[in-house]
Amino acid sequence: MVGIVGYGVYVPRYRIKTEEIAAVWGEDGPKLAKGLGVFEKSVPGPDEDVATISVEAARNAIKQGDIDPTDIGAVYVGSESHPYAVKPTGTIVAESIGCTHDITCADFEFACKAGTAAVQTCMGLVDSKMIKIGLAIGSDTAQGRPGDALEYSAAAGGAAFLIGKKKPVATIEETVSFTTDTPDFWRREGEDFPSHGARFTGEPAYFRHVGAGAKSLLKKTKTTVEDYDYFVFHMPNGKFPIAMGRQLGVPPEKLEDSLIVRQIGNTYSGSAMMGLARILDIADPDSKIFMVAYGSGAGSDAFSIKVEEEIESRRGEVPTMDDYIARKTYVSYAVYAKYRRKIVALG
Amino acid sequence: MAQHGVAQIWRRIRAIYNIEGNTCKTCDTYYFPPRPVCPTCRRKGVLEDHKFKGLGKIHTFAVVRQAPDDFKRQIPYVIAQVELDEGARVTAQIVNIDPEEVEIGMRVRACFRKITQAGTAGVIVYGYKFEPVLKVTGHSYP
Repeated sequence: MVGIVGYGVYVPRYRIKTEEIAAVWGEDGPKLAKGLGVFEKSVPGPDEDVATISVEAARNAIKQGDIDPTDIGAVYVGSESHPYAVKPTGTIVAESIGCTHDITCADFEFACKAGTAAVQTCMGLVDSKMIKIGLAIGSDTAQGRPGDALEYSAAAGGAAFLIGKKKPVATIEETVSFTTDTPDFWRREGEDFPSHGARFTGEPAYFRHVGAGAKSLLKKTKTTVEDYDYFVFHMPNGKFPIAMGRQLGVPPEKLEDSLIVRQIGNTYSGSAMMGLARILDIADPDSKIFMVAYGSGAGSDAFSIKVEEEIESRRGEVPTMDDYIARKTYVSYAVYAKYRRKIVALG
Repeated sequence: MAQHGVAQIWRRIRAIYNIEGNTCKTCDTYYFPPRPVCPTCRRKGVLEDHKFKGLGKIHTFAVVRQAPDDFKRQIPYVIAQVELDEGARVTAQIVNIDPEEVEIGMRVRACFRKITQAGTAGVIVYGYKFEPVLKVTGHSYP
């Protein structure tokens, strides 16, 4: 069965606290952090972008899975902050991890679920024997307009998953998707920052799509919430996944371990995949994971995943999600503005 | 608009993305950037491509506080000579550490970063920089 034969994550070193951002805009920091469920977020360094984050995550995945990079037949990078509008990030990733030149490669975009769309594509290519191993990456350096609600959560990070059949650390038992035309969040060509429909991003967008994706997967697999040990939902903030879990009757303790959003914010295309990586870091073999990624615009990809024995032998090879969360240096809003190119006069 | 110098960058991509140099099998010396001929063994030299592991230690370093325009956003930053475990020395930026914490002899590993870019419309150059070795859960690191 198709599965994850290696995975890796990367989170930039810098963090800014919600309270630090709130102070700039005259908001009540502690109240805001608690309400959002985001206490600090990751900030990319001035020399980091989606290509560098993707490469670091991919190198970790190859080491974790002990994979020969020349076995990779496809490289797909999902993001909404690709460094080039025209020139695939995947070309840079493939060259820097030692792939052969006989590969297929493309960039994916579906707001926060572009990475899981890449996972599904790789599953199809592997299952149809077109390729041996596919590399699917979800990575972002998310943009939030200064003063906008998004500024408190828009973070940076990425996860890379190698999809193949030989000795998987976890098998992907089933996947389904749910897609509609729902304009809850978008960015037009040439715009620096995205726009959103404020409260509209909740009920008709996130909750409808994640809920529908989850129910569809439960129906297709003829399973119930009780059959799974861990749940991962896309994390635009700390509040939405918990509310989603409540709606679906998921016990909070089955969701708790995936909530990386509290310490690093919303890493957009990386968010659900990094939550899954956190679970793979700690889950015992035979554990079952239920994941639903959400992308604005809007759609959801749901996955039923079973952890395999192989995972035990691959642990300790590369930094875990928690290792990256622990490695941090706080920056002030001024340094954050400098790093994120919000100081216009500096060019 | 045409941008000059793209070919020069493209020729170096393999070397600067993965620290790929070469080694002389006759005198067991490692070279980075790759040499067309071994300067010691000359015609007796046998050169083979070599991908460096990317691990090494800081040989010497300087903190840059007055930087060219492209690097102003990063000041203060550290430029070091890193001695790779195989023997070659490379000049590179040290990232993911405060300048005052950098020490000679410190163990570092290669990471992938943006080096420079030709304005907002030009090509972006990526390559190696170095960072302190990262603690990995379950590993006993030196």
